[in-house]
Formats: sequence, structure tokens, C-alpha cells
Amino acid sequence: MEFFDLLQKLFTDYTLRTVALGSAVLGLTSGALGTFAVLRRQSLLGDAMSHAALPGIVLAFMLTGSKAPLVLVLGASVAGWAGTLLIMNIISGSRIKSDSAMALILSVFFGFGLMLLTWIQRQPNAAKAGLDKFLFGQAAALLVRDVYIMSALGLIALLFVALLWNQFKLLSFDPEFGKSLGLPMRALDIILTGLLVIAIVIGLQTVGVVLMSAMIVAPAAGARQWTDRLGMMIVLAGIFGALSGIVGAVISSNTSHLPTGPTIVLSISAIVIISLFLAPNRGLVWAWLRQKKSRRRIRMDSVLRDLYLLASQHDDIYHPHEAAAVDLMSKSRGGAAHCLNNLREQGLVRQEGAGGWSMTDAGIKQAREIVSRYGGNAS
Amino acid sequence: MSPQVEIQLIAAVVAVACALPGVLLVLRRMVLMSDAISHAILFGIVIAFFATRDLSSPFLVLAAAATGLLTVVLVELINKTGLVREDAAIGLVFPALFSIGVILISRYAGDIHLDIDSVLLGELAFAPFDRLEFFGIDFGPKALGVMSGILIINIVFIVIFYKELKLATFDSGLAAALGFTPAILNYALMSIVSVTAVGAFDAVGSILVVALMVAPAVTAYMLTDRLWLMFILSAFFAVLAAILGYWVSHWFDASIAGSMATMAGLIFGFVYLLAPDRGLIAIARRKARQRLEFPQTMLAIHLSHHEGRAGQEKESRLATLHHHMHWTEKFTVRIIELAERNGLVIKSGEQLLLTDFGRKIAHETLSL
Repeated sequence: MEFFDLLQKLFTDYTLRTVALGSAVLGLTSGALGTFAVLRRQSLLGDAMSHAALPGIVLAFMLTGSKAPLVLVLGASVAGWAGTLLIMNIISGSRIKSDSAMALILSVFFGFGLMLLTWIQRQPNAAKAGLDKFLFGQAAALLVRDVYIMSALGLIALLFVALLWNQFKLLSFDPEFGKSLGLPMRALDIILTGLLVIAIVIGLQTVGVVLMSAMIVAPAAGARQWTDRLGMMIVLAGIFGALSGIVGAVISSNTSHLPTGPTIVLSISAIVIISLFLAPNRGLVWAWLRQKKSRRRIRMDSVLRDLYLLASQHDDIYHPHEAAAVDLMSKSRGGAAHCLNNLREQGLVRQEGAGGWSMTDAGIKQAREIVSRYGGNAS
Repeated sequence: MSPQVEIQLIAAVVAVACALPGVLLVLRRMVLMSDAISHAILFGIVIAFFATRDLSSPFLVLAAAATGLLTVVLVELINKTGLVREDAAIGLVFPALFSIGVILISRYAGDIHLDIDSVLLGELAFAPFDRLEFFGIDFGPKALGVMSGILIINIVFIVIFYKELKLATFDSGLAAALGFTPAILNYALMSIVSVTAVGAFDAVGSILVVALMVAPAVTAYMLTDRLWLMFILSAFFAVLAAILGYWVSHWFDASIAGSMATMAGLIFGFVYLLAPDRGLIAIARRKARQRLEFPQTMLAIHLSHHEGRAGQEKESRLATLHHHMHWTEKFTVRIIELAERNGLVIKSGEQLLLTDFGRKIAHETLSL
């Protein structure tokens, strides 16, 4: 019932619909573009870009006096892009490593943006209120107009990805090969970086400068667990991003004092945690089960072999031994009785009254195989 | 002391306290971890605040240090699963912790004197109003006391473990082989970073802590190869950024922390361009010089190759030399002029002849 109410509200409540739609667009775009960033080990470039965009937003406002989203988005893009180029220049032009270069540009640009922001805020008469919402984002202030612009930009970015699909794929997995084919890899790199800037700029108004990096990294990191195919990964990342956007928007609108940006980030974090644990094949739970199973398998094999080695000391290969004797063979491990019970269920050994355990023909056959594969020394 | 002097003093102490561990972070390529820590400690600060209801409780520092370590451990845990690479793991952990911190603050905004802006951005201007008093005696601003304490801890840590840090930073394999545990030193450093970040967040905010940690250190890195000198230089640049930043903010009536970060960035930009040896300009000039030096050597080799052999007259005629060297005429004239000035060659009528020095250069180059 409550869920149904929520669903109904999603379609009838104007503000909620706008916020959810905006968050969905943001999640979709940043998830799809973030996939490339994560695969290219540039996860934290998104963090740097979003921080570097701040002075661009403020400068755009100072130059034009307008708070129209398109103007601010343009300023943010230019600054984010300039920051990224500076990072690349520092990395290639000096011995400073990429992490230092990113943190340097990130924090200095942000500091500069903050300086400008506080400066214009203390100016009289400026219609400057509202710029600081870019710090943490203010999804509730999204207008339909904003969502249109976000959608248009997102569509352009995704269209580029579709058009340059093969090139971007090559750039992500084997740029050297691309170069040898004569493709302009450097130009492609710059284009892809530019698209990432667009994806980030779309989200600044909603989740803010600080948390935007999560929207780049998390959907892709989650999607990576479910698939090995790039196309599928991008689709999944987009879906995860959009889903977390909608879920975050709905939850925060139904709870007082719950800011939207952090709620969206926690939603996507939850999706990532679920993916890390439960994704088939790569998921931690499955890996743990597989490991447990193979450990058991090895233990059973060694017990079977130990019993076989004991039995083959006698003229009669079917001579029974007690579980304690098998335990002695495997030094400190113990627990042979339990394994022998399991082996009996598989018809590999037989219990002979109180006298102990003896091999069956099937057991002998398998034990010989084990010995020939792993050698016949006592385990 | 006037508030103005006090603010500058606090700014300088904060900047140096951040810059010293920053050197190690830059060299160990762990700067982004400090970025993550400085965000994530918000979570620890909020939790500790709920427990103690006191923003200046020393318990806050402990909680923040614990959160910093929690961040490092979580990143390593995620990284160890092999499912996510380290950079992505950092990008996953700190936004989540930061988000929880922000949500806790907003949920209980009514009874908490902690707003997100001040954590993220800091405000130095108010620092002098919060005094440290014992038995009615004024010991100066509280922030100055706290940060001086942290600065002393940092200096003591670096001085005591200087050799170990140096070894673990530049050759962690050898350090491990000699029986040091790089992991312990690493966690110690991360604790230092966390404590410094929580001490500084009050004054400059969590993002600019990163600016103060990385900017002076990379600036120093442009200038020296010596570890001790790098510490000293980065402390110097930190103080410079703090004082300049204060006055810029004073003139523009802008955020002190933002101005400090901007100045730290400008100082870096300045050094990045002008540093002797490694600066952009020095590199460009070296390249330009090499572009002219190499052709002169080639000219000397060409002349020495044909010296005393048939066709020497043809091969070293001034007017046709550019054909033999495959250069443009203009370039050839310039190179000959330079080579003559450097004493490699000498003109003799229509011919260009090697000097003894030029012959030596040619032979040395070839015998390499």
C-alpha cells in the first residue's frame, strides 16, 4: 500500500517527479561515461574534474551576471576541462605523479572557486544567492527546464559514445594497438575526457561537487561485477545510476531532513555492496562457496588416498582401518571420520562393523587416480 | 597579539603541519588517500560529537584518526577482493562515509553546532575568538594551541622515524627485507594524516587540507632531490602560502582558506615554470639548446669524416655544404656561424675547416 502511494506520488507530485527524473538522467549519463573512466583507471579523475569545475561556475556567473543553467554548465565544463588538461600536462611534463597532480589541481581549483564564491557573496547587490548549492547540490531546486538541459546534454554525450563506440573501446583496452592502426588516440582521449566532463557537469547541481565522484565510480564498479562485456557494462552502469537516482530522490522526499545528494550516493553504494557480494561468478559469496567446496573436495580426496595407502600395506586391499588411523596419516588435521561418512555415501568406502573402514572397488579406482595425479606420500 | 597576527600565525602553523606529512604522501603516491581521509573523517567527527556533545573534545581527534584508519582499511579490503582496483576503491569508500556524515548532520541539525559548510570549507576568521584559558589566564586562541600540538607531533614523528620513513618510502622491498614492517609505518603515517586533517578542518576545511598537504610538497619536489631539504622547502612554501593567502583574502574580503589554497597553487605554478633544471622554461631552453648543439656536432663529424680524403674540397665547400648535410641553406648558415663561435670550425676562403677542438669533439662523439 505504502509502496503504491509512493509510486503514485512519483507520477503526480510535480517536484518529486522533476527531481527523480533529473537524478535518473544524471545517474544514467554518469554511469555510462563513468564506465570508461573506471576501466581506464581514471576513477578519481572524475573527483578532480568536479572540484575543478567550481571556479568555472563562479566565473561564468561573474562574467555574465546570469544564473541560467546553460551558462553555468558551460563555465563548469570549461574549468573542468582546463583542470584536466593541466593535470595531464603536469604528469607528462614533470616527474610529479598522477595522484599528486590530480590532488593538486582538485584542491587548488576548488580553493580558487571558494575564494571567488566568498568574494562575490560579500559584494552588495549581486543576485548571487544559490551558487553555493553547487557545493552539495540541491536536487529539490531542480526545475523542469534544468531537466531538459540535463537530458539534452546527456543525450549528446551518449550519442557520441554510440558513434565512436569502436574507437572508445580500443582506447579503453588497447590504446597502443589503436595507435598502430593510425587512429588519432590522443584526440579520442580528449573527446572522451570532454564527454566525462559533460556527465559530471550534469550532476553538479543535483549531488554537488563533493559527491559527484561517487556517481562516476560507483555505478561502473557495481556493473563490472555482473559482466565482462563492455556494452553490457555500460547499460548496467546506466541502469544502476538511474535507479539509485530515482530511489535516492524518492527516499529523501519522503523523509524530513534527508538531503538528496548523499541519499543518492548511499543508494548507489548499497547497489555496489550487493554487486560485490552477490554478482554471479565474481561475487564474494559465490567465490567463498566455491572455495569451501574445493577445500572439502581436497580434504575428501586426501582421506580417501590415506585409507588406500594404509590398505595397500596389507595383502588384502579390503583390509579395514579405524578412522583414528587415517587421522594419524594426515598429521594434525583430524576429522577423518566425518569425511569417511561422506565417502561412504558416495560408495567409495565401506564401514565394517566396529572394525573400521575399508575400500570399495570404486574407491580403489578413484584413489589410484588421485595417487597417480598427486603422488603417494602421506598428506 | 592582535587577531590579525593570530590568524596569520594559526594559518602558518596549520599550513606547516599539513605540508610535512604531505611530503611523504607525495613521495609515496598516497595523496589521494589523504583526500579520501580528509572527507571521510566527517563521519568520525559527527559520531564522536554525538557521543561527547563537545566539538573541542580530544575524543574527536581520536575518533577522526580511527575513521581515517577505517578508510584505509576499507579501501585495502575492497582492493584485496580483486574485484575493484585501488583508485575505484578509494572513490567508493570516501563518498559513502562522507554521505553518512552529511545525512547525520542534516537529520539532527537542530541540536548540533556543526554545519557542513564549516567542515568542508572552514573559517579561520573566527578562530581567534575561541580562546584557550586555564585558571583565567589567556593562552591564545584554542586553534593555535591544538594545531601547534599537532605540528609538534608531526615533527617528532618525522625526526624520530626519519631513517625508517626514508627507507620505506624509497625502497619498501629493502625495508621489508631488513625487518621493518612497511604496513605499520604506513598506518602510522595515515594516523598522522588523519589527526592533522581533523585538527585543520576547523580552520581550513577538509578539501583545502588536501591543498595544503600536496601543493607545498610538490612545489618542493620540483626543486630538490634531498628528502630533508624537501621537508624544509615545503614548510617554507606552506608558510608563504599562508601569509600571502591571508593578505589576499584581506584585500578581497574572501575566504581565507580559499585564498591560501589559491596562493599555494600560484606558488606551485610559478615554480613549475621557473624552477632551475626541472621547470617548464628550463626544459624548453635545454631542448632548444640541444636542437642547435646536435647539428653542430654533426657538422664536425661530417668534416672530420672527409678530412684528408679524396673529395674533401667538395664536401667542405661553404656554398654547397647544405646539400651534403641535407639542411636548408638558412639553417646551415646559422649552424656554421654557431660552430665557428664555439670554436669547432674555421672558415678558410671557400672552405670550412675543423679546428683541433672540433676534431676532438667529432672523435669523442664517434668513439662513444
